[in-house]
Amino acid sequence: MSESKRTIELTIDGRKTSVPEGSTLLQACQGLAIDVPTFCWAENLTPVNVCRICVVELEGARTLVPACSRKAEAGMVVQTESERVKLSRKLVLELLGSSVDMSLASEFQALATKYDAHPERFGPRAPRAAPGEREAARAGHHYAEDGEHAANVAQPKKVDNELFVRDYAKCMLCYKCVEACGTDAQNTFAIAVAGRGFDARIATELEAPLPDSACVFCGNCVGVCPTGALMFKAESDVREKGEWDESRQTVTDTICPYCGVGCQLTLRVQANQILRVTSPADHSVTSGHLCIKGRFGWGFVQGKKP
Amino acid sequence: MLWGSNARETHPIFFHHVLKAVRKGARLYVVDPRRTASAEWAEGWLPVNVGADVALANGIAHAILAEGLEHKGFIANATEDVDAYKALVARYDLARVARLTGVAPEMIQRVARDYAKAERAMICWTLGITEHHNAVDNVLSLINLCLLTGHVGKWGSGCNPLRGQNNVQGGGDSGALPHKLPGFQDVEDDAIRARYDALWGRTIPPKKGWHLTEMFEAMEHGHLRALFVLGENPAQSEADATRTRRLLGGLEFLLVQDIFLTRTAEMADVVLPGSASFCEAEGTVTNSERRVQRVRKSIEPPGNAKDDIEILCALSKRLGYDLALPNAKAAWDELRELSPMHHGMSYERLEALGGIQWPCPDESHPGSPFLHGRLWETPVRGMKARFHPAEDVPPVEALDDEFPLRLTTGRRLDSYNTGVQSGGYASPRRMQETVDLSPADMRSLGLADGERVRVVSRRGAVVAPARVDPGLKPGLVFMTLHFPDQVDVNLLTIDATDPRSGTAEFKAAAVRVEKV
Repeated sequence: MSESKRTIELTIDGRKTSVPEGSTLLQACQGLAIDVPTFCWAENLTPVNVCRICVVELEGARTLVPACSRKAEAGMVVQTESERVKLSRKLVLELLGSSVDMSLASEFQALATKYDAHPERFGPRAPRAAPGEREAARAGHHYAEDGEHAANVAQPKKVDNELFVRDYAKCMLCYKCVEACGTDAQNTFAIAVAGRGFDARIATELEAPLPDSACVFCGNCVGVCPTGALMFKAESDVREKGEWDESRQTVTDTICPYCGVGCQLTLRVQANQILRVTSPADHSVTSGHLCIKGRFGWGFVQGKKP
Repeated sequence: MLWGSNARETHPIFFHHVLKAVRKGARLYVVDPRRTASAEWAEGWLPVNVGADVALANGIAHAILAEGLEHKGFIANATEDVDAYKALVARYDLARVARLTGVAPEMIQRVARDYAKAERAMICWTLGITEHHNAVDNVLSLINLCLLTGHVGKWGSGCNPLRGQNNVQGGGDSGALPHKLPGFQDVEDDAIRARYDALWGRTIPPKKGWHLTEMFEAMEHGHLRALFVLGENPAQSEADATRTRRLLGGLEFLLVQDIFLTRTAEMADVVLPGSASFCEAEGTVTNSERRVQRVRKSIEPPGNAKDDIEILCALSKRLGYDLALPNAKAAWDELRELSPMHHGMSYERLEALGGIQWPCPDESHPGSPFLHGRLWETPVRGMKARFHPAEDVPPVEALDDEFPLRLTTGRRLDSYNTGVQSGGYASPRRMQETVDLSPADMRSLGLADGERVRVVSRRGAVVAPARVDPGLKPGLVFMTLHFPDQVDVNLLTIDATDPRSGTAEFKAAAVRVEKV
């Protein structure tokens, strides 16, 4: 039962537009078909505005503002591709690209090219952290870098269950997994950001392995992860064997075979093997979120004996 | 109000919607003998004794009427027989109801006020209501509450059974019921049947058939000697498994069509390997909100397995009738022709609209988000809604010295029914079957957590590890039906059945627990 809302008028890139009160600048841009890049934003999550790639220039504002969460106000004048915006996005891309493995983040390469970002200028990557090293970091304890290498979050994969793996070398701390595990969807609160500064990381309580944590394995964190840090075990295994081949894959929408809620599933299949199950963020039943059975419970059609 | 439903575990994505509402200030009450994961999110948990749901509903009605909170205008305009109902619930004073149900009178009063005064309110239930010998009375008692308060026929209100299987709604809608043709049209109505006879060029039987429970009774009496089972595993899912297997074993011919060699299929004379409808075939399923949605083929079925439609058409041809339905869309279009409530749902529209909720009578109709809106018209079009007064009747099997504990069965988050589907993936959270007991009963039986115990009912016995569950009241035992090959819990359950619904009393058996 939506009540009629007031309309807000503003100017974006020299074009006048009007949006319903409460809309974000990102929504206003989308209405004008202006492309604003995002990493940490998703239509089914509350904006946390941490990645800063969506910043735009707002006339009269001291700092650039995140389009994903800044509400449109009457009379705003916004530039989405000013020199200041471009420089800021370039810096964000370079910092992310030098410290995080963004190889599976969709659009990252295209954006790096567009904004002339050169993450490699910070030098070769520092060696990968030993198992447990990053988890052992304590707030306030810092060690000077050698100045030769780019600091980064490279670390071993965490494989502690048969459903999904956690490759935090690819984690850009966008908070999407925390949001999906928390109030935005699952309300299980198995994970949060632990540590401070460069040591900040996604962690379970007391760094427990997932099976010993509060995790209920809905995989909603996997569903929203933009960088491949969280990945179906089935997909990860195929990628590790070097057999991942999107040209041989099909993507098919269907309905979950379990309870009567009717969640839409999107099955990604290669060589008759299901490798990934997601749900569209705009589906009226799921809002993109599933439970353990819907997301992972398809082994029974893949020759896995009950 | 969630009544006899642990949706947090059994309908998790429905419960996401509940949680969204709770976070926006909606009030949630959970009625369940167990303090479940759903109850933990409620502002009030009503720990009803197993089988005392009618008494509790009548008590809530009593409290509503005592304070004059009923919707007098709705009752006068849209309902019948309220006087009989009032006379009945007058005898369900809160002291008596508290004694019968184990729920405190203050809580009953609080729920009565909050429910009756709410602008919009819903009662959702599942098997905690329907797996009882008086299942229909349980459902009618909840509907009575909806009628008493006018919480029906409006957006955001109503009474809603949450469906347990992805197409159990669609199966019934499309005529997989012994007394209904597609679209809930009465099979004994000559005019309706005539349309089918004309389309198919055959005369379809003019009398309704048997439901599952009646079929087993007919087997008992030798009236049913051949059975065709599609995608069901009654040898493990029916109550009183010993009897079920004896009857299936005594058939002259058992034909099973399934994607697995289930326990039932192992007993069959012939097994036809079908395909998994959600990913190896095309078609539609209908969810709990009556939304018809498309399922699509994404992988090939293994070995010689075939599309179920192909099997059925081939079988029909050999039986002397050519169904001539080459695919799912043709079958669907035939259904649309015969079932008015599906008429507007072409594949193209289902695709474009992301599913449509029936009734959808024509191709310009957007579908129906809720039913029974006519009850708010003055005067009401068609039949008025009738109150069905129902008395409290305890479970068939009373507790006694020999069997002093109440066994109730249910489900867990990561498993599903008899485990045929959910056994195929490695859930890190999966426990094997346990006998869940209250801390007090664990103590009085002298049991340690994890100690193996024998659970005995009048019909059988099983052995499994005991597990303490602080969410259980003393006297209550909980088990699932997920691991029948290891622990055959349905050896214990009673097949006392509500004759009107055909559903057995899985929720209430009398047992004792012994050290092994």
